[in-house]
Amino acid sequence: MKETVIKAERLTKKFGDFTATNQISFEVEKGEIFGFLGANGAGKTTAMRMLCGLSIPSSGNATVAGYDVYKQTELIKQNIGYMSQKFSLYEDLTVKENIRFYAGIYGMGSAEIKTKMNALLQQLQMTAEENSLVGSLPLGWKQKLAFSVAILHEPKIVFLDEPTGGVDPVTRREFWNLIYEAAEKGITVFVTTHYMDEAEYCNRISIMVDGKIEALDTPHNLKTIFHASSMDEVFLQLARGAKRTAD
Amino acid sequence: MKQFIIFVKKEFRHIFRDRKSLLIIIMMPIVQIILFGFALTNEIKNSNIAVLDNAKDEASRAIIQRLDASRYFNVTRYLHASQDIEAAFKSGTVRLVVVFQPDFRESLMHSGKAQVQLIADASDPNTATTVTNYAGNIISDYQKEMSPQVQPPYSIRPEIRMLYNPQLKGAYNFVPGVMAMILILISAMMTSVAIVREKEINTMEVLLVSPLKPLLFILSKAIPYVFLSLVNVSTILLVSVTLLEVPINGSLLLLMGESFLFILTSVSLGLMISNLTKTQQEAQMFSLMTLMLPTLLLGGFMFPIESMPLPLQIISNIVPSKWFFLIVKDVMIKGLGFSAVWKESLVLVGMTLFLLAVSFKKFKTRLA
Repeated sequence: MKETVIKAERLTKKFGDFTATNQISFEVEKGEIFGFLGANGAGKTTAMRMLCGLSIPSSGNATVAGYDVYKQTELIKQNIGYMSQKFSLYEDLTVKENIRFYAGIYGMGSAEIKTKMNALLQQLQMTAEENSLVGSLPLGWKQKLAFSVAILHEPKIVFLDEPTGGVDPVTRREFWNLIYEAAEKGITVFVTTHYMDEAEYCNRISIMVDGKIEALDTPHNLKTIFHASSMDEVFLQLARGAKRTAD
Repeated sequence: MKQFIIFVKKEFRHIFRDRKSLLIIIMMPIVQIILFGFALTNEIKNSNIAVLDNAKDEASRAIIQRLDASRYFNVTRYLHASQDIEAAFKSGTVRLVVVFQPDFRESLMHSGKAQVQLIADASDPNTATTVTNYAGNIISDYQKEMSPQVQPPYSIRPEIRMLYNPQLKGAYNFVPGVMAMILILISAMMTSVAIVREKEINTMEVLLVSPLKPLLFILSKAIPYVFLSLVNVSTILLVSVTLLEVPINGSLLLLMGESFLFILTSVSLGLMISNLTKTQQEAQMFSLMTLMLPTLLLGGFMFPIESMPLPLQIISNIVPSKWFFLIVKDVMIKGLGFSAVWKESLVLVGMTLFLLAVSFKKFKTRLA
């Protein structure tokens, strides 16, 4: 039986007269890689923020890991990982110090941190760089490190907000390998992106236009429904009707 | 608790890794004290003066000698005619010209009415007043020694005593001032910059999504700067006592306690500023404009508050430095106890609580 870990029902966020996300409903299952697509300004980040407990919805309901986004944000926070759009490690701290800091914030014990840190450094082949300042690493490495740090405490769900911005295709592929590994371990991945090739990597995707979810299915089904040969075409067909222009 | 220690450790790492800023934080108080103590002093020492001695007798020479021997004046020029006076001022090398009337001693001995004219360069009015006062005192001292037995009938002779600072040292005034300035600068500006920095490099979002409590975040940010500020208080006091010979007349414990209170006020100001700004630069500019300038101008240590127009006097009440300056002066210089400064302390406590309440409220709404 499938286990639902994220459930949104008519979730809406208004900023004054502006409706950033308009009654969106969807469900995400455990271990799924769920892609959240949309042009800039379509409302992806706002939706994600509501699910992470960073922003209180104007109306609608949602549960994340079984917890309510209105009342149980503290419990949600303990069960999720988050990697933001912009790179978010401390450049003036070393690789090890960054890992230790974030792990400590999630309340992990020293022994646990040590074991996991060593495993992680080996996996990323960064053992030689463990004492280098993060600021001196190439962007691709930083991004991979940031992702690994976000799932170090083994959250139920990890939210990735455009994690691969500004990264070359090879590193992006490597980054997605990390995502697959995480999904295999049972971590649900909720990822926003506007790279259409990345969309193909997801199990299911939702496409947002002007704050609404216009399509939601597997990449294969979406291509069939829209008679398109690639996700790019699907997206363009949907986005053409958009009224909001990107900022 | 463990989270807290990890966070504070990280904050110290940020500070110690940025050597340049750390050096500035540690050295700034020392440099400021030395600057104010030796360069920007408003005492007058070794002023050059000129003399036009039309008498050239025993009495006039004795006075000239005394002026020259005092630590306030150096007699650098002897003028020969009254036309030279203006030229002497125009050359810009003398602050004061002393003119003796012909037959100075004769007049003094016989009619008892000898005249000395003191002409000062009043383009700088404060200095002019001070040098004429000094010179006047030296001359009347001489007169007293000349004729101690002569007591004019019914004369009122004011006896002046300068309490708490008998030598009228400027340091007694600016040491408390520099303390207020440094503490507000380090505690408020650095705290606000440290918090805003997390917003700027985007780590704030990640921290807000983590289970970390906002209160813990704020405390961890403030603690390193509270610690550094206490180090600064100690250096300032050490430099003042050893180098500037400003004594700590009151209780050291009380002084440190009050400093700690003021540091808390400053840190809460920093929190407030971090809520209002988005980038480190903004936070820095905002701190300079809203903290440094009022501290300098309305803190009471550069310009006396009593002589300000009423609206400014009222505004000066919301400047925390003003209250701290009063406290330090009372405790350190006058040697008074807590009973003398409890009102000022209460004002600081009130300000701190108010600022903290507002900041926490604002900080929480950012999460929502």
